[in-house]
Amino acid sequence: MADEEQPKETPEEVQEAPVVAAQQTKQEDAQEKKEKSDIYVGLPVISKKVKAIEFSILSPKLIKKMAVCKVVTPELYDKEGYPVDGGLMDTRMGVIDPGLVCRTDGRKLKDCPGYFGYIELARPVVHIKFAGLILSIIKASCSECGRVLIPANKFDAAKKKLDQVESESGLAARRKAIKDIIASMKTVSKCPHCKAKQPNLTLEKPTTYFEDEKRISPIELRARLEKIPDEDIELFGLSPRHFRPEWAILTVLPIPPVTMRPSITLESGERSEDDLTHKLGDIVRINQRLFENINAGAPEIIIEDLWDLLQYHITTYFDNAVPQLPPARHRSGQPLKTLTERIKSKDGRIRHNLAGKRTNFSARTVVSPDPMLALNEVGVPKVIAMKLTVPERVNTWNIEYLKGFVKNGPAAYPGSNYIVRPDGRKKRITDETKEASLEELQPGYIVERHLMDGDVAIFNRQPSLHRMSMMCHRVRVMPGMTLRLNPAVCHPYNADFDGDEMNLHIPQTEEARAEAEILMEVQTQLISPRYGLSVIGCVQDAISGNYILTRNLEMPRNDALDILYTIGVTDFSRLPKKERVSGKEVFSVLLPDDFSFVGESKARDENRSREVIIREGKLIKGIMDRANLGEGSGLLLRNIHQKYGKDFTLDLLGKLFRLGIEVLFRHGFTVGIADTDLPEDAAAEVRKTLDEARQKVNLFIDEYKNNKLDTFPGKTLEETLELRILETLNNARNETGAIVAEYANPHSFTKIMADSGARGNLLNLAQMAACVGQQAMRGKRIEKGYKGRTLSCFRKGDLMPAAHGFIKNGFKGGLEPWEFFFGSVTGRDSLMDTALRTPKSGYLYRRLANAMQDLKVEYDSTVRDSGGTIIQFSYGEDGIDVSRSEKGMLNVKRIIQAAL
Amino acid sequence: MVTIQKEYLNALPKKVIDDLKKELPKDISEKKLQKILDECVATYESMKVDPGESVGLVSAESIGEPGTQMTLNTFHFAGVAEMNVTTGLPRIIEILDGRKEISTPMMDIYLAEPYSKGEDIKKIALQIKETKLKDVASEIFINIADSAIEITLDRSAMKAAGITDAHITKALSGAKAVAAKLSGDALNVKAKSKDLSINDLYKLKEKVRVVHLSGVKGISQVLPVKRDDEYIIITAGSNLMDVLGLPYVNPKKTVTNNIHEVSEVLGIEAARQATINEVFKVIESQGLNVDIRHIMLVVDTMTASGEIKGITRYGVVSEKASVLARASFETPIKHVLNAALIGERDELASVVENVMLNQPIPAGTGLPQLMVKAQGK
Repeated sequence: MADEEQPKETPEEVQEAPVVAAQQTKQEDAQEKKEKSDIYVGLPVISKKVKAIEFSILSPKLIKKMAVCKVVTPELYDKEGYPVDGGLMDTRMGVIDPGLVCRTDGRKLKDCPGYFGYIELARPVVHIKFAGLILSIIKASCSECGRVLIPANKFDAAKKKLDQVESESGLAARRKAIKDIIASMKTVSKCPHCKAKQPNLTLEKPTTYFEDEKRISPIELRARLEKIPDEDIELFGLSPRHFRPEWAILTVLPIPPVTMRPSITLESGERSEDDLTHKLGDIVRINQRLFENINAGAPEIIIEDLWDLLQYHITTYFDNAVPQLPPARHRSGQPLKTLTERIKSKDGRIRHNLAGKRTNFSARTVVSPDPMLALNEVGVPKVIAMKLTVPERVNTWNIEYLKGFVKNGPAAYPGSNYIVRPDGRKKRITDETKEASLEELQPGYIVERHLMDGDVAIFNRQPSLHRMSMMCHRVRVMPGMTLRLNPAVCHPYNADFDGDEMNLHIPQTEEARAEAEILMEVQTQLISPRYGLSVIGCVQDAISGNYILTRNLEMPRNDALDILYTIGVTDFSRLPKKERVSGKEVFSVLLPDDFSFVGESKARDENRSREVIIREGKLIKGIMDRANLGEGSGLLLRNIHQKYGKDFTLDLLGKLFRLGIEVLFRHGFTVGIADTDLPEDAAAEVRKTLDEARQKVNLFIDEYKNNKLDTFPGKTLEETLELRILETLNNARNETGAIVAEYANPHSFTKIMADSGARGNLLNLAQMAACVGQQAMRGKRIEKGYKGRTLSCFRKGDLMPAAHGFIKNGFKGGLEPWEFFFGSVTGRDSLMDTALRTPKSGYLYRRLANAMQDLKVEYDSTVRDSGGTIIQFSYGEDGIDVSRSEKGMLNVKRIIQAAL
Repeated sequence: MVTIQKEYLNALPKKVIDDLKKELPKDISEKKLQKILDECVATYESMKVDPGESVGLVSAESIGEPGTQMTLNTFHFAGVAEMNVTTGLPRIIEILDGRKEISTPMMDIYLAEPYSKGEDIKKIALQIKETKLKDVASEIFINIADSAIEITLDRSAMKAAGITDAHITKALSGAKAVAAKLSGDALNVKAKSKDLSINDLYKLKEKVRVVHLSGVKGISQVLPVKRDDEYIIITAGSNLMDVLGLPYVNPKKTVTNNIHEVSEVLGIEAARQATINEVFKVIESQGLNVDIRHIMLVVDTMTASGEIKGITRYGVVSEKASVLARASFETPIKHVLNAALIGERDELASVVENVMLNQPIPAGTGLPQLMVKAQGK
């Protein structure tokens, strides 16, 4: 992609990579290397590393030097369909047809990287990206002698000042400052060096320059830029070694390699050329016409017209979105995608291809839950397991084992799909080649075998907002067509099973597998780096189950044994040996016998106590609910993790989860509309509360109408009334909520879910059973709608609760038509909120990530950016890693308790 | 109070020492104390971050991820009309952008004794509130014939705001271009220079309208409230410099939510703390749980240069050392172009550049390098 504006990459600056074991000499040729080293056979060994990239502008000389051919004709192919010599598809610039051979390096398609060509422009042309720069440079320098319009004796002082400006506010500010300096020295119209009078130069966008109303040609401009000495260029903050201003006026144009602009062959056999090729064709065509006309001595007008046309084509070749120019279009009318558009924005080269890459060895399908899997397992469908492979190197100890896979072939599980020879050539295993491959197999070969139980895989769900969105799981091959995961790990992925799809990646090298296991496996990610508590815990039914179990359940010992065995416990010695055991005793079996803990539960027990006491592995008092078992809450899980380690915690979590479900399974769990039934006196109480509220509101409205209402300080009468009404109605709804909470059957499953924190809350229950309540928008009652009223069924100026969005019915009792309307108003509002928020927060996140991605902790424990600037002397002022902390802190209390 | 040996004071962060002092029983034996302290040091060492940890990205994730859960609504402040506070995501964006003009500037003015007990609170509040000419005028006219502006004063509004005729004449006499005459309720403002065009006259009227009469400039609303048995004044609009200069203000506790003002008046360290507080306040009010270290790191990146830089392409990102890192964010063409002009070198010292080149990144496990002397040759 190197045209004049493009940077020159200098990959010559290559550093030897850290020397690895057998590799001792830098080898130029990869082929050679493979033969020499027998340990790294077949694996790509990185022996070179790009150390730095320097950017500069291509000079005309360099353009010619790096070109392999000169393009002289706009024709692409001859009659036979072969690329024309000296055309844009010249085979010296690389090949894109399978049969052809590049004439520069003799390589074929895919091996040939492509080479630049060039065209000689008949007349110089301004490079659009430098039009503004050219203007500012020429305006600041003498039209006769080329020196900058600053007297020699003030030159050094000016330079010093400019250097300072640049260090403070950048390059653009520096150029502006030059202009100001010259203006302040009053040398704008007269050169201090040669005393020549200075004309006034203006730029008519995009690329036409005028000097005192007279048009000035790029030839003249170029001549002036050539005169500027190197020292003066440095004053502009430019580096003369990398950029001479005259290079900004093009005399030769590099033609990018064919490989960069491949044509596609349509079904009809017709060729469709790339946008760049089209544009270059235009340029070459006009350029040739210009040459011919100049040589033929055509009138000046014709030449100038062609020149302008050439300028237009070259401008749009670089950037097809120049504001003043009509974009160049396809015949279909759709604008061409030229160089700038190729690089820019989300779908451009940088963000689309360079900063984000595609992978092989990955799978994606719908996910579904399976609580019988361990938390760090992932269920992989057999069909996927037979497509994804793991490379295993053959040695003398495993050859028989690996031969087994080859013997099975690609169609039987567990089989293999490929073998890789030591020279890196891949061979597909089919039923026909199976025997031959088996014969061939010897140490040094690689067998790409099917995925098996225990292999490591990286599991991911988008949007990948935090590092727990990509975790490493162990493969469990199973029947079915979906990827399976334990529902407890839904939370870090933010997954549910309403059709979510997730991705699976199989690491292919030992290094990748080791890093995945050590750094990314689920148990290593238990503690969130965001707040220092467990991100994985029991959810939904698992919480309900544990709640029921530990509240006041009793069961025969045999049932308990059955449950425990089902969830994976085999040591029952900790279960008391008596006829009936309590739920707390069953729960305690899972706890380590030297674990003690004091905490609080969400729910209250019969004595309205929330205390949770675990002493020496026995749950003595308290209920296990969301506050202790749920994700992101409570220190129970965190303390267990602290004391017994990640693997134990993971195992425990899995068992707790299954325990909850298993208990529910035996206990039975269902919700029905009867859960929202209220006893008659409760319903009467609700009605009474709402009536009272309505009367109170009536009272306020009367006071308001008679101007007797006391206004709140700083509020108008209307606002005060609104606030009063809102307050009254909210109180009324809360009261109904309290009534429902009081009368609701504590043994109904809906109430259990709300109490334990498994799903829903008392408000939801109250809304179903009694009263939905006031629908508020932006902190106020609903006011919008028709003139003077919200809906046409109300009188104008009606201030009563019902007319402004108060829903007095419950969902079960059914809503009035207007109430339903108001409900949908707030519903729509919250949808809008979500829809507007997502892209905003996404952009904020992108900016944050981009700004902070290079911050890391150095060996001296400072936090620095990639430029070495110290951001913090000690991370977070105390150097504590949040994911190793207990809720962001060192828990002194626990240490003291343990010691005493 | 238990005394802790000096070596431990240096080995443990201040917060831990404070916690220890609070939690340790007074009658603890020397031996047990030793044991606890050693355990603390060991735990602390095991909790430290590893070198090479990409703490920046972790912080970005920790703030970006809950961003999706924040609400967009502005929150209405109970009490005063037109006084609402931007919270939630818009406020976070505003702070991290490093915007100079924030949408709802506010101050919490704490008062010195005895005013903090509620003495003269209303009077003080009134003194702080800015009154402009338009606030005490019932009508403002342009008299084209005389090229003058005629204003009818609203006596009751004047009384409420504590403005006298002297205030008005004094404020207007300060202005150079006009001559003001007051007779009864009618105030006549005449331009000194003759031949004003209607356009100029209109501009003059707009200027006269907002002539500052009393109070602190920029404070448009005041609200005295009681917070933790202390009377404070909450204001809409902010002017830290002038408010801190008032004699009845407690300058140690008074705060503004305009971080740029804090930076100007109190310096960058104060601005850093103010920014951390502001971000933390929002995240807390949304009921989200984000460790303070992440916010500190973000704010430190914003303020490390000595002035507040936003997390934008003009702020923090433009300061990056790497051309490719800047190009991968926004306006790639501009960055590559400018880099070429000055012959910039990208040392490939951070993450994206190396991702682009398919090379290991110098962070985490990519950071350690193996140095072995090549033998022979």
